[in-house]
Amino acid sequence: MPLIDLANPTRFLALSHRLLPWFAAATAAAFASGIYLAVSAPDDYQQGATVKIMFVHVPAAWLAMGCWTVMTIAALGTLVWRHPLADVAARAAAPLGAAFTAMCLITGMLWGRPMWGTYWVWDGRLTSVLVLFLMYLGVLALWRTVEDPSRAARAAAVLTLVGAINLPIIKFSVDWWATLHQPASVLRLGGPTIHSSLLTPLLVMALAFLLLFVTLHLAAMRNEIMRRRVRTMLMLQAEAAGH
Amino acid sequence: MTALAALFVRDLKLSVRLGGGALMGVLFFLIVVTLMPFAIGPDLALLARIGPAILWLGALLASLLALDRLIASDYEDGSLDLILMAPAPLELALAAKAIAHWLTTGLPLVIAAPLLGFLLNLDPAATGAVALTLLAGTPALTFIGLIGAALTVALRRGGLLIAVLVLPLTVPVLIFGVAASNAAIVGPLPFGTPFTILCALALMSAVVGPFAAAAALRHGLE
Repeated sequence: MPLIDLANPTRFLALSHRLLPWFAAATAAAFASGIYLAVSAPDDYQQGATVKIMFVHVPAAWLAMGCWTVMTIAALGTLVWRHPLADVAARAAAPLGAAFTAMCLITGMLWGRPMWGTYWVWDGRLTSVLVLFLMYLGVLALWRTVEDPSRAARAAAVLTLVGAINLPIIKFSVDWWATLHQPASVLRLGGPTIHSSLLTPLLVMALAFLLLFVTLHLAAMRNEIMRRRVRTMLMLQAEAAGH
Repeated sequence: MTALAALFVRDLKLSVRLGGGALMGVLFFLIVVTLMPFAIGPDLALLARIGPAILWLGALLASLLALDRLIASDYEDGSLDLILMAPAPLELALAAKAIAHWLTTGLPLVIAAPLLGFLLNLDPAATGAVALTLLAGTPALTFIGLIGAALTVALRRGGLLIAVLVLPLTVPVLIFGVAASNAAIVGPLPFGTPFTILCALALMSAVVGPFAAAAALRHGLE
């Protein structure tokens, strides 16, 4: 089936209906093996058992950035090709991205408390993830303020693209700012090298998180398509009742 | 070109005449800077140290305050439709509007900053550095704010949403603006390093802002 057929929401619904159970099962299997590997992984000689927070923290951080990439591609689809599913994909990815970013921040704070002695430091990495979180909240606020879904999609698409241009600049300036304030920072997340006994569970957990994202994204896209159909039906009903 | 010049002159006139509220931002700036010592305490040495940061935050908030009138008033009286249909490119029209807006709301902040520097016990060199960084940085704030104004133009609760959308994007401008001011006062960096990056940010936002705002208006109002 050519990819263009997926542009039809009905075909997308049919295909995603068939695919979704497989993705859900694969997610469950990946999480089962990932959590088993993470629990049985050896403790770090310095960090102790808290190193296991990394198995949730790092995949969440990767997905926090990955979700904005998905939204950027979807935004191009919305603005350039007026792709009917691109709006839906962008809208479904935004809350997921915000959730993964929040998860990254919270697990990072839980790790920081025993390791650094404080929940929060104004380190470059932490701060740029916090700004990323604020940008996600801005996109969500825009989605929730504009009533018409396709207009909201185009406004959110412009904001997403502006964000995609600005996020590397924000990252660069925050890093520059943090190194200016705290030279020779000892607060580095993870060492320069990582032993394979920790790397394998991390990669399995990353795969599990990726599958979780795909599953949730497909499910959220299905919900969004149906929500729009309900909205259209209600508006047609209201119009008919008005005549 | 004459159409753009006419639009530019019109925006300038509208904002300086009755009801334009051109100097409202400066008044807000003055009040914010006056409030700061009440919160921090009247310690002159401390105020001198964090003075550039206070001036930059005040200017950032003051320039944010004026943004909801940048395009919304044209939307309300219908002239935005004329601008959209005019043969002059929308990007250039928006750039002209942004420059006019900066001249009436951004430039007064730059001029007021040295006066407010006295209140914060800044020495003349520090005051000059802050004014220079504001001169380079406030256009960036206006052009970034142009995007937020265009995105929220037709919304009922636009004002608050602009702040939520625009403020995260202003983080680099704030960082390099304050860093350049501090570099001029205490070092150790040379003033030029952060200042040139600040100028680069302003130039980049002058390019990205009108294009993104024009895209937002074209897609949002059809």
